[in-house]
Amino acid sequence: MNINLEVEIVEQDSTAIVLLAGEIDAYTAPKLKEALLPLAKQQGLLIEVNLEKVNYMDSTGLGVFISALKATKESGSELKLVQLQDRVKRLFEITALDSIITIDSTVRGGK
Amino acid sequence: MNKLKLDVENYRNLLKQYITTHDETSLYQAEQFSKVSMQHNISPEEIIHVHIEALKDLYPHLPSEVDDSMNFLLEAMISYGLAYQEFQSLREKQLELKSEISVAANMQKTLLSTVKPTINGIDIGAISVPANQMNGDYYHFVTANDESLGIAVADVIGKGIPAALAMSMIKYSMDSFPENQRFPSDILKNLNRVVERNVDPSMFITMFYGLYHPATSSFVYSSAGHEPGFFYNAKKDTYEEIQGKGLVLGVTNDTTYEEFEIKVKKDDKIILLTDGVTECRLGDRFIERDEVLEVIKSYIHLPAQEAVESVYKHFERLQDFQLRDDFTLIIIQKNV
Repeated sequence: MNINLEVEIVEQDSTAIVLLAGEIDAYTAPKLKEALLPLAKQQGLLIEVNLEKVNYMDSTGLGVFISALKATKESGSELKLVQLQDRVKRLFEITALDSIITIDSTVRGGK
Repeated sequence: MNKLKLDVENYRNLLKQYITTHDETSLYQAEQFSKVSMQHNISPEEIIHVHIEALKDLYPHLPSEVDDSMNFLLEAMISYGLAYQEFQSLREKQLELKSEISVAANMQKTLLSTVKPTINGIDIGAISVPANQMNGDYYHFVTANDESLGIAVADVIGKGIPAALAMSMIKYSMDSFPENQRFPSDILKNLNRVVERNVDPSMFITMFYGLYHPATSSFVYSSAGHEPGFFYNAKKDTYEEIQGKGLVLGVTNDTTYEEFEIKVKKDDKIILLTDGVTECRLGDRFIERDEVLEVIKSYIHLPAQEAVESVYKHFERLQDFQLRDDFTLIIIQKNV
């Protein structure tokens, strides 16, 4: 089972769009952390993480988003998660992290 | 050194045999010789040294160029010898670490061990299986003089040693809370502060705490982002999710936890678990939560301990089953 995680970052003005594809687990989480934390430490940045192509995430992934959230609070940036698959969204709901991280599951352009 | 001398003789004979007969068996014996040398920690340059000695023995009038080239080769092999030594010491260190980890795992088992209490009218079953050597799941039963039963189930994010250490912290914090502080919302609120202050930002813990009073048949609980369990209502013959939303431990320092209550009647059952149960995989496929519930249902008629063990064995027997996370399952049934 060598499923990987692809991370693509598109920065424009004060927004950084992070496109993820694959699985987020104990093996791939360090890669996500490496990409996400430097962004979260920048000041006044809106970080929009697109999880449309993430079909699996375990609690290690949640840990990365929690530390990114904490970092954005210190740097005055904002973290937003968009287009989550149901399985992934459920994780944020059970852990009640959806009450402290902005989550938008509507399909892009569908609003 | 005697042994080595014997070996030089042996080597010389083998070499001679090979040079004169080109016999395959002596080649095979040379291979055996290298195996035995490895076992006796003999370095590559020592072998070359033996080769030089044997060669000089066999051909006393060797051209000096060949002799020189052999000494040259000897020098060229020195780094390989050092690498071999390093390999040896790493192998020893690895064995040491392995035994240290197993000591730690045993110690954790002792530290976190909990006694399944015997309470009249209640049947309790509990199983916790680590995915690796050390368990990041934890369950604990707390009994008090008023016959009430406290049940804690927790899951540290991640696996292995950091998770296990964090678990010990939870256990000690719980032990240090005063006897009269047994309400789920208070316990989670206090633990949240402990975790928030003491662990890495990317680490968190999910936890469920329930308190059952036999006198009033009331089960009061709070959840800190923990995988919801199930409540079996015997009268209605239905399974419901044990709802109770609350933030995971360790994220913000001022989190409070709501308390919920279930009235437990005869033959009702409370099923608690960790996400290791609902995140099982079969090859590339996930086992859905509904399927997990179906499996639990098929063994629920058994005595509680037998039931939890049967559920685990059921998954373990499936082909391509992998335990990716620690697996904990608790069943509590009210018999009267």
